[in-house]
Amino acid sequence: MIKVGGIFAAVGIAAMLASLVSPALADPDNNQLIIEGELIVTDVAAPDSSPLDHIYSGWRFRSPETQSLQMDDFENPGFVAVDAAAETWETADGSEGKSCASCHEDVSSLAGLRAELPKWDEATNKPATMENLINRCRTDRMGAEAWGWEQKEMVNMTALISLQSRGMPVNIQTDGPMAEWMEKGKDLYYTRVGQLNMSCSNCHEDNYGNQIRSDHLSQGQINGFPVYRLKWAGLGSIHRRFKGCMENIRATPFKRGSDEFIALEAYVASRGAGLAVETPSVRN
Amino acid sequence: MKKLVVAASAVLMLTVGVALADAVGPNDVAMADAVVAESLTGVAGDPAAGRDIMINRKLGNCLACHVNSEIPEQPFHGEVGPPLDGVADRWTEGELRAILVDVKQAMNPESIMPSFYSLKLGARVAEKFEGKTILGAQQVEDVLAYLMTLKEE
Repeated sequence: MIKVGGIFAAVGIAAMLASLVSPALADPDNNQLIIEGELIVTDVAAPDSSPLDHIYSGWRFRSPETQSLQMDDFENPGFVAVDAAAETWETADGSEGKSCASCHEDVSSLAGLRAELPKWDEATNKPATMENLINRCRTDRMGAEAWGWEQKEMVNMTALISLQSRGMPVNIQTDGPMAEWMEKGKDLYYTRVGQLNMSCSNCHEDNYGNQIRSDHLSQGQINGFPVYRLKWAGLGSIHRRFKGCMENIRATPFKRGSDEFIALEAYVASRGAGLAVETPSVRN
Repeated sequence: MKKLVVAASAVLMLTVGVALADAVGPNDVAMADAVVAESLTGVAGDPAAGRDIMINRKLGNCLACHVNSEIPEQPFHGEVGPPLDGVADRWTEGELRAILVDVKQAMNPESIMPSFYSLKLGARVAEKFEGKTILGAQQVEDVLAYLMTLKEE
């Protein structure tokens, strides 16, 4: 009896130790993302082309505290950017004296756009991201200067326009002229880079759900971008996140807006087909 | 006294110099049957230094992926790789040295684990790290000396 008690005590201590040193989370949790009374789908069966069975939004891998920030638009720090962009939307800029609203009227007219980007663009004979489309409007229609990829006005505007698609399933073209770009993006996804010699797949396909020190690895889905990252204390683009990952692996990142990152964005978007657009999402 | 310290540090520097000169280069490590039998430097590893390297995020950062209950003071241990508890019971020194040097050659070419003393790196290595191994030869020996203390049996 004493021995049994001893074992129990030992197990208790081991459990305490384990709770100290081992991760608190493992798989994605079962929480539901409800914003303004609307259920946002955060997991679906994976698309046919995916090596995974089931896909999960990164929201499902975050702590309850971080999750809750995204469940209320008044608490979501990404909405500061959305509000700023709503003003820009109405403000004329450039030689033509036009604002976004001059042509597009209410921003809600762009609902659905985020869900299908990047999409094939006949004008440039390559896929266009939202940043590409915004800058074309600015230079060709407004006679205004193009914005930088990570310039505040650009990131804010992509947040405002993407928000119009919140709740809609990601649905990106993968065939036709996009097929070649999907292949290119897939190659990049599985290519080991940097001194640490890792590919996207090593973490986000083979090890999602596992802790990597204090970070809970997600599937690296991009349905919530631009994302408000607590670490950045601000909003950032998809390509900024790619760049950060490559730097962590001690690789020279591709440039934001490069063909490589556009191909990777298209391929990663295709891996998230069916997940709801969540912009502006909140992550750590 | 001052003279003595200077003399002592000169001797120390000389020792380190000799150790470095004698270190086996990353391309010349003799691995056979997933074993690197010989020390990379001929200088015994320092387990305490190895423990620090294991924790240091810019060096080994072993805790990023492995649970190690001998380091309970560090709060976050990863779970990508197997726990290190009792690792010295499961592997010999030569096997562990081979895993540290280049796990892809020693065990599994698909492994996510970085090769800590190899120049077979990924594409587009950042300039700062080009042509460099993640750990130095003596650092590998230090980590190895620490791992050899992790026994449960």
